[in-house]
Amino acid sequence: MNLKQNKETDLKSVISTYVTSGCHLSIGGFTINRNPMAAVYEIIRQKIQGLHIYAHSNGQGVDELIGGGCVSSIEIAYAGSGKFASTCIRFKKAVQENFIKIEDYSNYQMTLRFLAGSMGVPFLPTRSSLGSDIIKIWGFSPEMRKENSKFPNDKLKVMDNPFDNWCDTQKVVVVPAINPDVTILHVQEADLRGNCRIQGLSFADVEQAKSAKHLIITCEKLYKGDELKIDSDRTQIPFIHVDAVVHAPWGAYPTACYNYYDYDPRYLKDYATAAKDDGLYNDYLKKFVYDLNDHNALLKVVGDERLNTIKADPRTGYAANLDRR
Amino acid sequence: MDYTLKEMMAIVAAREIRNEDIVFCGTGISMLAAMAAKNINAPESVIFFETGAIDSQLEELPLAVGDSRVMYRTSANGGLLDSFATMQNPITGKHVVGILGAAQIDKFGNLNSTVIGDYYSPKTRFSGSGGGCDVASFVPRSIIFMQHEKRKFVQKLDYLTSPGYLNGGNSRKEAGLLDGGPVMVITNLGVMRFDDTTKEMYLSGVYPGVTPQKILDNMEFNVDISRVKEEIPPSEEELRLLRDKCDNQRLIL
Repeated sequence: MNLKQNKETDLKSVISTYVTSGCHLSIGGFTINRNPMAAVYEIIRQKIQGLHIYAHSNGQGVDELIGGGCVSSIEIAYAGSGKFASTCIRFKKAVQENFIKIEDYSNYQMTLRFLAGSMGVPFLPTRSSLGSDIIKIWGFSPEMRKENSKFPNDKLKVMDNPFDNWCDTQKVVVVPAINPDVTILHVQEADLRGNCRIQGLSFADVEQAKSAKHLIITCEKLYKGDELKIDSDRTQIPFIHVDAVVHAPWGAYPTACYNYYDYDPRYLKDYATAAKDDGLYNDYLKKFVYDLNDHNALLKVVGDERLNTIKADPRTGYAANLDRR
Repeated sequence: MDYTLKEMMAIVAAREIRNEDIVFCGTGISMLAAMAAKNINAPESVIFFETGAIDSQLEELPLAVGDSRVMYRTSANGGLLDSFATMQNPITGKHVVGILGAAQIDKFGNLNSTVIGDYYSPKTRFSGSGGGCDVASFVPRSIIFMQHEKRKFVQKLDYLTSPGYLNGGNSRKEAGLLDGGPVMVITNLGVMRFDDTTKEMYLSGVYPGVTPQKILDNMEFNVDISRVKEEIPPSEEELRLLRDKCDNQRLIL
């Protein structure tokens, strides 16, 4: 929490301040939409390691963090980037080769866990996953949980409905709260204080935002005045949750940002090709992350001509008739 | 009339969807099936996505459930909490049809979309549940797409990601899950359904030119084939609407 009137900062300093080695991180967006990619690339560029990630279905951003060697453990529901990678490729490799520790949940469970964290309750109930291996099989050992106070002692617990058979429900699964050290979101609009507006789907961003100990916002459009105090029913995240705001146009690129730009099919396809081969992937990291100073430099490498093809058209909010094959 | 297997599969699924159904879609062929139903036989059905988009107007085929194309002209753009609440809501939940896919399925319609091999050092790691386990746990009817192969129709799942009928009979209810479960499995060879009492999979339909024996040859476990019929191929009209209205860019077909 930070009630300052002006929280504007730059990406380099905000990442080095908040995203420290070993910290528990969650990023916003979903598969190939509104991932905070400018921040993801900055984390990789700063070679921050040992991150623990909380993810529902954060495809591209999580895959790049894993590929960049930043992640040591992850709690996740889904790692996929739509048609570009039905299973995220660096994720798949890291799990198969035991480079990262993993524990599986469902999307609803992860969302409820963030919600519980945002509400200050230790757990919330659901009926999802009863009878499944998501309950039975733990990714993290009891020892690992005991050693680190950031993990609860159990993964999931099944309990009898304490209200007997109320709502025709006999059993529930309770899912433990999550309070990430840092959540990073990319949103369409924010102001200097950190009031945020998300256009289109909010995914689980609001729950991720409000459960975080520190919240970093990157945005397409940054308002210097109090414009967002008008029509504030469109604001999902009030500034009281926000620690820092960074103006980062195209900050979700190469993932999409509704009403601003589409995902870049060419980038995501080339990424998938590179991700399948360690040598090519190292070349990719060097060319598109390490050798570039910041996200603007990446946008220059990609070039205006290509960026123009993915600009959202005002009618649909995406790039209609974009060649996505 | 020439048609592909993908077209056959999408149309078979679409025919199962009725007006008043609220259809939960994943990516790929499941999205195509939902769009086909809406354009062909169930114009009043509603498409929704776990990402929180309800009643999307899909002018173009989304490549992921988080694609901005699912956000266009919806009735509401919400988030994950909204969509999973829709499935559990005692009123709307009864109308939800889920469309799922997986790497492995067993005879009770339980699904694995997590790992092949040992969980701790898997031979193959897949994407994981996503919303799959949630949908399978909550909705009254789900349709499952599978490739008909021995390594996919298995005696025992390597990991049970999404519950079907668990051990058959009443075991789904006993585990505390909501009423419902898978109603059909659509493959590249035919259609399987589940017995009302035992909850075991049986062969209900084969595509023209496919024998029941060929189906049995492509699965690890045996199923009852006494109830099999031949599936009706897509009509000219169904194909036209599928090709022109649902995937004119041929992203999936």
